Amino acid sequence: MSKVRVLVGTKKGAFILSADGKRDKWDISGPHFAGWEIYHMKGSPVDPNRLYASQTSGWFGQIIQRSDDGGKTWHQPGAPEGKSAAAGGRPPAGVSNMFAYDSSDSTGKPLTTHQWYDGTQHPWEFKRVWHLEPSLTESDTVYAGIEDAALFRSTDGGQSWKELPGLRGSDTGPRWQPGAGGMCLHTIILDPSNPRRMYIAISAAGAFRTDDGGASWKPINRGLNSQFLPNPTAEVGHCVHHVAMHPSRPNTLFMQKHWDVMRSDDAGDNWREVSGNLPTDFGFVIDVHAHEPETVFVVPIKSDSEHFPLDGKLRVYRSRSGGNEWEPLSKGLPQSNCYVNVLRDAMAVDSLDSCGVYFGTTGGQVYASPDAGNNWSPIVHDLPSVLSVEVQTLP
Amino acid sequence: MIRVVLPQHLRTLAHVGGEVAVEVSGAVTQRSILDALENSYPMLRGTIRDHVTQQRRAFLRFFACGEDWSHEPPDAPLPKEITSGKEPFLIVGAIAGG
Repeated sequence: MSKVRVLVGTKKGAFILSADGKRDKWDISGPHFAGWEIYHMKGSPVDPNRLYASQTSGWFGQIIQRSDDGGKTWHQPGAPEGKSAAAGGRPPAGVSNMFAYDSSDSTGKPLTTHQWYDGTQHPWEFKRVWHLEPSLTESDTVYAGIEDAALFRSTDGGQSWKELPGLRGSDTGPRWQPGAGGMCLHTIILDPSNPRRMYIAISAAGAFRTDDGGASWKPINRGLNSQFLPNPTAEVGHCVHHVAMHPSRPNTLFMQKHWDVMRSDDAGDNWREVSGNLPTDFGFVIDVHAHEPETVFVVPIKSDSEHFPLDGKLRVYRSRSGGNEWEPLSKGLPQSNCYVNVLRDAMAVDSLDSCGVYFGTTGGQVYASPDAGNNWSPIVHDLPSVLSVEVQTLP
Repeated sequence: MIRVVLPQHLRTLAHVGGEVAVEVSGAVTQRSILDALENSYPMLRGTIRDHVTQQRRAFLRFFACGEDWSHEPPDAPLPKEITSGKEPFLIVGAIAGG
């Protein structure tokens, strides 16, 4: 019978939740990396036992962790697995946490500043890795989206990292500005039909696409409208919260923007609003059903100044028409006095026949629905604040 | 050998408990201790000093013989009690909790 493994990053460690295909009895392991912020964990589609984790701390900076056994044991790539660095008298060969911005002459530009909150220019400063996206074809290749926004790639299993400078070096870079959560590159989508095409999103710069494997990038924000901007339809500066794609339709993208749920059917070249009858179109997460590319899930949040559900009722909204027409899903979710948030990387779907949907909250709950959102129940309800949720469907 | 006390999270990261001992050749300074520490425990690189700038991370402080050395030049010689191993060099979190 198939199994699912839910990878949960929290403010105080990582947790791995496992169940068989029924998804009614769960084994919980963790906390891994107790006390550290785990912004994101994700498994390789090539080798599901290969997991990558972003471990970070205001005190000690950034660490990249890797597991080669499905999360049972972890090590920093380059260090001996599970052993003291000095074991056997041989120190490990490398480190896995060096994210140095590209400043080589080959970029042709002085990549020195971006826009600060007050409109002045500010130096790029590495803070943390928000998102790790393993390659669809190589288990040792993984992309990292970082704050201050840039895209890095490792081709040696996370041991060493190199920036793809064409993104930050595009001529819009000096106009990017941080959102309230920092200037983070939080979304990386790899096109399964075209290995040279990738999408990324940055708060608050917008969405970008490469068609040449990451060498050059262009903003894809036409149709977005952000009232907080002096020019609401500017080429960049939009606070994109998350973007999702169904692998069978790589030209169709769904976006949860700061305000507005958006859709593009031409690989991001043009967007149109599909918020429709949502009670509020502010939110962070958005995801697509594993088998129905027109079925989309969001969690509406009251507003940008009140990051919790409307009326204290936690409801997922589902559209079966690719947007515009949305239905509330609340069976099994708290419908009174609920004031949690669901952060941008904290929703995922499995690919079992009956698509499972999962999301985590800032209150420490991880909810699962084994039937595409009709019924929900908490897998756990007292974890630290949840930063990210990913799901692996295993044979 | 130079004795070094690490914060709890870095002990976990380096798979060590309590103090660690490192060998320093030449003058014993903050920089030479941290160089030796990172050589023996490469997983600590970037966690105490920034990878690129080599500056002390903002929320960490260095103490020797009851004195705060955080703002002293990194190449200033440390007291003989550190050099002799009588006292440990302390790396501590500058603020608690959070």
